[in-house]
Amino acid sequence: MKSRELAAGLVLGAMLLILLFAAPAFFAPDNLRDLLLNSAGVMLVALGMTLVIVAGHIDISVGSQFAAASVATGLLAKAGLPMPLVGLLVLALGALLGAANGLLVTKLKIPSIVVTLATMIILRDLLRWTTEGAWVQNLPVGFQWAGLGQTAGSVLILVKTLVAILLVAWCLRNLSAGRQLFATGSNPDAAVLAGIRTDAVVTGVFVIMGILSAAAAMLNAIRFSEVPGNPGAGLELKAIAAVVVGGASITGGRGTVGGTVLGVLLLSVIGSALTYLGINPYWEKAVQGVILLAAAASEAVRQSRGLKGSYASR
Amino acid sequence: MQLVQASGISKSYAGTQALKNVSFTLEQGQVHALIGENGAGKSTLIKIITGAVAADQGTISICGNAVGQTTPALMKSLGVAAIYQQPSLFGHLTVAENIALAVEDRSMLRKVDWVKRQDRAKQLLDRLGARIDPDQEANSLSMPQQQMVEIAKAIGGDARIFVMDEPTASLSDTEVEHLFRVIGELRAKGAGIIYISHRLDELGRIADQISVLRDGESIATRPMKEVDRAELVKLMVGREVSAIFPKQTVPIGETVLRLCGVGNVGSEIRGVDLEVRAGEIVGLAGLVGSGRTELANILFGLTPATSGSIELRSKSVLIDSPQAAISAGIGYVPEDRRHHGLVQSMSVTENTTLATLSAGLLDFEAERQIALEFASKLGTKTASVDAAAATLSGGNQQKVVLSRWLATKPALLILDEPTQGIDVSAKSEVHALMVQMARDGMAILMISSELPEILGMSDRIAVMCQGTIAGVLDRSEATQESVMHLAFPVLPTTRGVA
Repeated sequence: MKSRELAAGLVLGAMLLILLFAAPAFFAPDNLRDLLLNSAGVMLVALGMTLVIVAGHIDISVGSQFAAASVATGLLAKAGLPMPLVGLLVLALGALLGAANGLLVTKLKIPSIVVTLATMIILRDLLRWTTEGAWVQNLPVGFQWAGLGQTAGSVLILVKTLVAILLVAWCLRNLSAGRQLFATGSNPDAAVLAGIRTDAVVTGVFVIMGILSAAAAMLNAIRFSEVPGNPGAGLELKAIAAVVVGGASITGGRGTVGGTVLGVLLLSVIGSALTYLGINPYWEKAVQGVILLAAAASEAVRQSRGLKGSYASR
Repeated sequence: MQLVQASGISKSYAGTQALKNVSFTLEQGQVHALIGENGAGKSTLIKIITGAVAADQGTISICGNAVGQTTPALMKSLGVAAIYQQPSLFGHLTVAENIALAVEDRSMLRKVDWVKRQDRAKQLLDRLGARIDPDQEANSLSMPQQQMVEIAKAIGGDARIFVMDEPTASLSDTEVEHLFRVIGELRAKGAGIIYISHRLDELGRIADQISVLRDGESIATRPMKEVDRAELVKLMVGREVSAIFPKQTVPIGETVLRLCGVGNVGSEIRGVDLEVRAGEIVGLAGLVGSGRTELANILFGLTPATSGSIELRSKSVLIDSPQAAISAGIGYVPEDRRHHGLVQSMSVTENTTLATLSAGLLDFEAERQIALEFASKLGTKTASVDAAAATLSGGNQQKVVLSRWLATKPALLILDEPTQGIDVSAKSEVHALMVQMARDGMAILMISSELPEILGMSDRIAVMCQGTIAGVLDRSEATQESVMHLAFPVLPTTRGVA
């Protein structure tokens, strides 16, 4: 394991250790299950964000993709479609939204932060206009927990999330596409000159991002009996923060799934931990910000100690 | 007077001794050449003189005054200016602004005199004979133009000590002439110049004194007049290099590449006819900006041809992407090894197999075997094939890029400045490899700005001028003069007069 991932792991370990002594109630099965269920959505989105960031890009439209996919899940289920079909259609919608981002970035050469800022706003306001903020209600009985009941439904969500994590991690390491992704993110020029279709790599990554946002939306939606009209606000920031805390380089070329998983868990545990430690949970965001800053600072220190450090302060 | 007096300088990085008790003196009105293989300590020594790194031991005096803590700002204020091999301009600022940052007063609340700034830039560029618009953004300049701006920045201040690290690496011969003239003027005014170059012929022309570094130690300091090329090479490597350009005759086979009227509107290449045969090394000569790299970009599908036809092994091929070029059997070793050749953060292995990755699963063991095979075949010096490419020296990095393309088993290999900025012994190794590749039946198209390399290595020499081939010379008839004659554009007024 690389040092940055190790740091995130150590902080998480230390926090759990403190909780073990100061607030053992934190480890109650119900609390742990809620914690994991609550972070499953961010986990999936952060997983996709890891790929996008390794490719040297960013996607801030994931919150809006999540919202669109959530509402789509609700509407399709309400229309009486069987749940597996709803799943496929929603994933296809995610792929489509991701493809739009990817093609705009690669074909028109617009920086990804600008493209996804635009699609973030467009999607979000399109949704606001169509749903008028209304929740999707009166969903069929088979919707919540996919008709399996809370326990089996929870297990289903967690298992699917775990499968996604393992699959992405395995592909990133063992597939040629993973190698091409790292090459593209590290040095796009050299990658092109080595015959790698960097445009296809980048577009592909945005498509996977869209699919994972949609998957996150779906797994989140089926926990409830109603779907809010415009969910997922701020999701992009949570995901990016988790990826950075997990040791990825925001300039591309470096990042691991393991690091991201630790990053998500670390940032998720904080909120719950504060409650159990009797600290006002309003501190959650501030503590998360400090952790993000510490991760970024340790990266900066690491780079300035490198052989090819920069003399200027950037 | 001694402008720079460095004595007993030692410096080590993380356990490796970069400099051992090195002394160096730069006199007024002197061009002092500094040579040595990569890793000999030249860069470290000049970094100490420019204040970029601090010495562990030893003292530096500038004009007789000892300098304690060296920093870039302090050394600049003492009159030290540096020009590096790679230009580092501020891309979004104009040429005039870039120059102003180096030469104007730095106080924050000073009012900018835009007219004066413009004039000054123009003056400096004229003095260098560079036709560059001061209003142009630095980003839009070619590499040699950027280097000329770097030179303008350095001579524009009131520096007396100039450190030039391979300043001519990306310059054409005309630009080099202008630079040498300016160096002559600076010397006449009493400035001192520390000049690093791998081009020994250059040093013979401009250097007064020459110091050789090897393995962090100062080996010899001699007046330039008293040493010859063979002796310098021997001092640098500590052994005899049999021949610097070991081109051997190998049997020439069938035609591999045939170009008919190839052109690209955007990159202003037109009507290129050229043949390269198996076992043949064709040198592509020409001034910087004559379209050599642009032609390579057409052949590799980066800027596909908009006119003409390309035949590979007598079959017409459409090359519209690097993937198409690779599957047609073309490899391309780009000029800028650091930025375009290697993925620095990736391992030697990963860099070696980058162009031969097939879709699907990676086979780590097979990749490792390929990397090991080529590392031993090419004599790549690396701690391990798992080491990051960034940790290798220039010559060894180039061997990794070569390995990548040899692994694709290309019919045609395009080499763009294959030995730029690598040390003498690595250079002759690369040349020997080229001969070996030709012997194995590969067709090689070599772009080089170094005339001796072109003349020494090529079976035939195609000279480019203004976007097309001005002429092709056989090895037997090519001389520096005949190549240069073709390379320089014929003025429209004189054309057809004689």
